[in-house]
Amino acid sequence: MEFPEELRYSKEHEWVLIEGRIAIVGITDYAQKELGDIVYVELPEIGEKVVKDDPFAAVESVKAVSDVYAPVSGAVVEVNDALPETPETINEDPYGDGWMIKVEISDMDDLKDLMTAEEYAEYVDKEKEDEGEEEDDDDEKEED
Amino acid sequence: MIAESNPARASTSPPAPRLRRTPLYGAHRRLGAKMVGFAGWDMPVQYRGVIEEHLAVRSRAGLFDVSHMGEVEVSGPGALDLCQELTANDVSRTEVGQAQYNVLLNEHGGIVDDIVVYRLAETYFLICVNAANTDKDFRWIRGRAGKEAEVRDTSSRYVQLALQGPLAEKILQPLTPLKLETMKPFRFSRAEVSSISCLISRTGYTGEDGFELYCDPAEGERLWNLLLDAGSAFGLLPIGLGARDTLRLERALPLYGHELDDDTTPLEAGLEWVTKFSKGAFLGREVLVRQKREGVKRKLVGLELIEPGIARGEYPIFSRQSLPIGRVTSGTKSPTLGRSIALGYVSVEEAAEGNLVAVEIRGRKAAAKIVSLPFYHR
Repeated sequence: MEFPEELRYSKEHEWVLIEGRIAIVGITDYAQKELGDIVYVELPEIGEKVVKDDPFAAVESVKAVSDVYAPVSGAVVEVNDALPETPETINEDPYGDGWMIKVEISDMDDLKDLMTAEEYAEYVDKEKEDEGEEEDDDDEKEED
Repeated sequence: MIAESNPARASTSPPAPRLRRTPLYGAHRRLGAKMVGFAGWDMPVQYRGVIEEHLAVRSRAGLFDVSHMGEVEVSGPGALDLCQELTANDVSRTEVGQAQYNVLLNEHGGIVDDIVVYRLAETYFLICVNAANTDKDFRWIRGRAGKEAEVRDTSSRYVQLALQGPLAEKILQPLTPLKLETMKPFRFSRAEVSSISCLISRTGYTGEDGFELYCDPAEGERLWNLLLDAGSAFGLLPIGLGARDTLRLERALPLYGHELDDDTTPLEAGLEWVTKFSKGAFLGREVLVRQKREGVKRKLVGLELIEPGIARGEYPIFSRQSLPIGRVTSGTKSPTLGRSIALGYVSVEEAAEGNLVAVEIRGRKAAAKIVSLPFYHR
């Protein structure tokens, strides 16, 4: 799994690329893998306000719908209009063509809560451990 | 993110009871499956991806571990009468070697479970039941059995695999002396598959041709590997529960807990064809006779979304006049058709094909059309 150095990461598995006061936001490689085939994306509109830790978009796999949470507060200045037509781009290129929105950050302090690539990699490892806590006792089979 | 509204994943808090494993658990892990809790079992939800797996079953073949399904056996001189009393379909019409889709009913005509009844011998029936309902069904059937019928939960004696898809017969035939070509749908036979003793039936839950194979759990992994190997040249893939769900939904096959439950009758669920009033007395018959005479108030229908979005279970459905008329039971984006499809119950006045309705998706109403079922026909 890939976590580019230049990005910052949220606990809800969004990534942020900071360019001045603009944050480009998408979901991480780990998130897209966990979701599986993405078949539908619902994005906010330009001018809408997003609030840190509140849902701003929804992505749907064939199986389920998931909220995407804003890693920073601010106003949406651009949305990736190609995604609704080709939502699978998020699976194929989560950090590139799969970006979701650009936000003008209202409070730069929001960035303090985000993780570096290294911190996020550790965070994901821990989450995977918690999820697969019974992975080691493969020898035990339940047959009744 | 990853806070899915998926019941199979919602079991993280409080600590859920330990999930059960099928004998193929290790095989799934080695294939890199993503595992999820389903009806108390730790099952593969996908190996390579739901869409890829789904399309493999439609165009080639797929292999499913469905050992979580339960088996209840009913035998003895009163076995047929017991089956007749507790179900809607006419079990007396089956011959030995024939399987029948059926529903277990309660006294209100509600569906306890949807089942497949295999007639192993004149007075010996194997009932394949849903994993989530195994205990409930076993208790229900045993509780109504007299001295003339013996009822046993034999779920732990079987591994059940499903080999499904247009190439299923080509893959299985070289491994068994049984002449598959002459085996009709809903027929079964005991036969060896490369020296493993199996019950092979021409049944499934995908809308494709295919087989379900029951064998001794000790042989389960060998059978799984044999079939995977035999199918590799044909593009056979292992298939998880994710694609099992989208495949059955395209074919409009009901899933218990979604389209069917204890408060839903077969007449409402589009299962009148399963309900044989002519067979005589059975549990819930009076309720169903009355319902048939007076007409049902709500009905299971197919929906296709006209506006963007995916309708999920429990989303409300509205009429064009914005009146609440029902609820979605299952929905997805159909991998085969590329359209957003759903099943749901609506009041019967709104159930006509072509009728325009709306599904509320996260506070927004998306237009949808009532369409004929199934969505997919092979």
